[in-house]
Amino acid sequence: MKTLKIEDLSKNFGSTEVLKKINLEIDEGNFLVLLGPSGCGKSTLLNIIAGLETINEGNVFIDDYNVSKVEPKDRNIAMVFQSYALYPSMNVRENMIFGLKQAKTSKEKIEQQLEKVSKFLQVDQLLERKPSQLSGGQRQRVAIGRALVREPRIFLFDEPLSNLDAKLRVEMRREIKKLHQQLKTTVVYVTHDQTEAMSLGTRIAIMNHGVIQQNDTPENIYNKPSNTFVADFIGSPSMNLIKGSLKESSGEISFTANGSNFEIPVKGYEFKDKSNLNNKEVFFGIRPEHIYFKKSNESDFEVNLRADLSEYIGHEQIMTFDYANQEILAKFPSTIKIELAKETKLFFDLTQTSLFDAMTEERI
Amino acid sequence: MQDNLKSSSYQQLEQKSKYTNMFLRWFLYFVLILFASYFIFPLYVMVVTSLKTMEEIRQGTLLSWPSGLNFESWAVAWGGRGYGAGDTFLKPYFWNSIKMVVPAVFFSTFIGAMTGYVLTKWRFKGDSWVFLFLLFGCFIPFQAILLPMARTLGALGISNSIVGLVLVHTVYGIPFTTLFFRNYYVSVPTELVKAARIDGAGFFKIFFKILLPISAPIIVVTVIWQFTQIWNDFLFGSTFSFGEAAPIQVALNNMVLSSTSVKEYNVDMASAIIAGVPTLIVYVLAGKYFIRGLTSGAVKG
Repeated sequence: MKTLKIEDLSKNFGSTEVLKKINLEIDEGNFLVLLGPSGCGKSTLLNIIAGLETINEGNVFIDDYNVSKVEPKDRNIAMVFQSYALYPSMNVRENMIFGLKQAKTSKEKIEQQLEKVSKFLQVDQLLERKPSQLSGGQRQRVAIGRALVREPRIFLFDEPLSNLDAKLRVEMRREIKKLHQQLKTTVVYVTHDQTEAMSLGTRIAIMNHGVIQQNDTPENIYNKPSNTFVADFIGSPSMNLIKGSLKESSGEISFTANGSNFEIPVKGYEFKDKSNLNNKEVFFGIRPEHIYFKKSNESDFEVNLRADLSEYIGHEQIMTFDYANQEILAKFPSTIKIELAKETKLFFDLTQTSLFDAMTEERI
Repeated sequence: MQDNLKSSSYQQLEQKSKYTNMFLRWFLYFVLILFASYFIFPLYVMVVTSLKTMEEIRQGTLLSWPSGLNFESWAVAWGGRGYGAGDTFLKPYFWNSIKMVVPAVFFSTFIGAMTGYVLTKWRFKGDSWVFLFLLFGCFIPFQAILLPMARTLGALGISNSIVGLVLVHTVYGIPFTTLFFRNYYVSVPTELVKAARIDGAGFFKIFFKILLPISAPIIVVTVIWQFTQIWNDFLFGSTFSFGEAAPIQVALNNMVLSSTSVKEYNVDMASAIIAGVPTLIVYVLAGKYFIRGLTSGAVKG
C-alpha cells in the first residue's frame, strides 16, 4: 500500500500546461521533497495533493483510496504554508484547535491534543498570544503545531522556511528533520532550496516545466543525475558539463573534449547501454568538488589547465580554469595557493563522473 | 587665528539660518491660519446666524456676534411652531433619514464585503469582468438611471417609500463598497483561506471567522463613505420620494425654498446644521478606528 500515489496527473491554467502526466509514489514514513526552480509546478502539485486545486486529468490516491474529488478537510492531510497563514484574529490556542473544532472533536480530546502538541513544540507558554505578538520562529512552530494536532496521514509543507532569516532557517530545518525522525509521518515538502532538499528528504523529486526530471534518493540525485537539468540544478557551483565526443577503440572507451588534444578514459563508468558509443556527442560531467589539487585515488586523471579566475569565499575558493576554450570550475580549500594565468596540474576523480547524450541531454 | 576666523564665520552663518528658519516658520503658520479660516468661515456664519433673532440679522452684519445664546430658531427648525398645516420642520424627516441610512449602509457594506471576498478569494472564470462591470457602477452618472429606477420601484410597489430609497442606495452603493473590500482583501494572503479550507471551514465560516474579524479598518472606511453619501444624497431623495417619506435633505430644501413670507435666515441656518451634524458625528466617532495593519503578523514578520 502506498501512502500517496499520483497517477498520470495533468493540470493546466487556461492554455498553460502546469503539470504534464505526473506519476509519483510515496511509501509510508518517507520524506519526499519536491524541488525545482520557481514556476516548475511544484506548489501546484502540492495544492492538488491537498485538494485546494482541481485536477484536469489523472488521479490522486491516499492509502489506495482515490481522493481526487474529496474535500481538503476529508483527505486526512495537514499543511504548513510559507506565510504560516495563522488566523490573525485568533490567539495561538484558537489557531491550533480551529481544525479540530470544525471536525466536531470532543472537548477532552481537543484539550489533550493541544497540551501534547504545544508541549512538544514548546509553544505552551504562548497559547494566549496573537500571531502578531510572535517571532518568526514561534509563528513557524505554531503553524506546524496547527498541522500536528490533527494527526494527519500526510504532512504537506509549502516552502515553510523561505520567510525566515538564514540563521533561523538552519535551526528550523533541523527541527523539522527531528520532528520527522520522531513522528515518522509521511511528508511532502516543497522547496526551491537544494540544501533544504538534500538535508531533509529521504527522496527528492526534481521538477522542471511541469515534468518530474528525477525522483530518487538524495545520494543518487547528487551522484547520478539523470539528465543535464538535474546535474546543473543540484550542487553549488553546479556540475561542469564539458562538450565533446566518445571514442571506442578495442573495447576501451574514452572522452575527448571539443578542441582538446588528449583523451580521458572512462572505463569505470557504468553505461546504461554500451552500444553505439563510438563518436557519440556527449557532455562529460564532473563536479567542481571532484577536481583535486593533489592526486588522491589511483584512477585520478591528470590534466594541466590554465587558471583564469579565483573567487575566495572563506573556507574555500572557487577557481575557473580553461579547458580547451570551455570554462570549468573547481572547488579547493582556501589554503591552497594557485597562480592565475598559469598552467596548473589538476586531477579529475573518474569515479565521480557523469556522461550525458548531447542531443537528448539524458544520462547514458 | 585662522581657527577663530572660521568659527566666527560659522557663527554668522548659524545666525543667518536661524532668522531664515524663523521667518519661514511664521510664514507657514500665517498661510495655514489663512486657509483654516477660509474653511471655517461659512460654519462660523451659520452658527452665529442661527443664534440671532431676525431683528439682529436685519440690523447687524454677517459677521457680528449674537446678543446672546438664543436657541429658539433651533427649536423651530427641529420641532416647528406648532400651527399644523404648512408648518415644515425637520424632526420627522430626520427619522426618515435615519431609517433610510442605517439599513442602506448595513446592506451595502455587507454585500460589498461578500462580493469583495468572492472576487478575491473564490476566483472564478470571468471574475475580472464582473469586477469591471461593477466598477462601471461607480462612474455611471446617476441622472441616467433615474427613469429606469423609478419604473423599477413602481413595479415593485415601493415607490415613494423609505424601503424604496433603501433599495436604491444599497444597489448604487455596492460598486463602491465592493471596490473597497476587494482592494482590502487582495492584500490578505490567500493562504489563510487555504489553511481554513484544510481545517474544514466552509465559504461562510471562512468569511465570518477569518476575514471579517480582520476587516475593521475597511468596514469603518466603508461605513463612513456610505453614511456620508446616503445621508447627503439629494438627487435620489427628491426623485423617488416626496411628502412624508422624504429624507432630511429634501425636507431641508422644501423648508428653505417654500417659505412664502419672510426668509427666516436663523431657522434656515439651524436646519442646515441639524441636517449636517450626523455625518460630522460619524467622522468623530469612527475616525479613531482608522487603524491600519490589523493583519500584520498573519503574514511574515
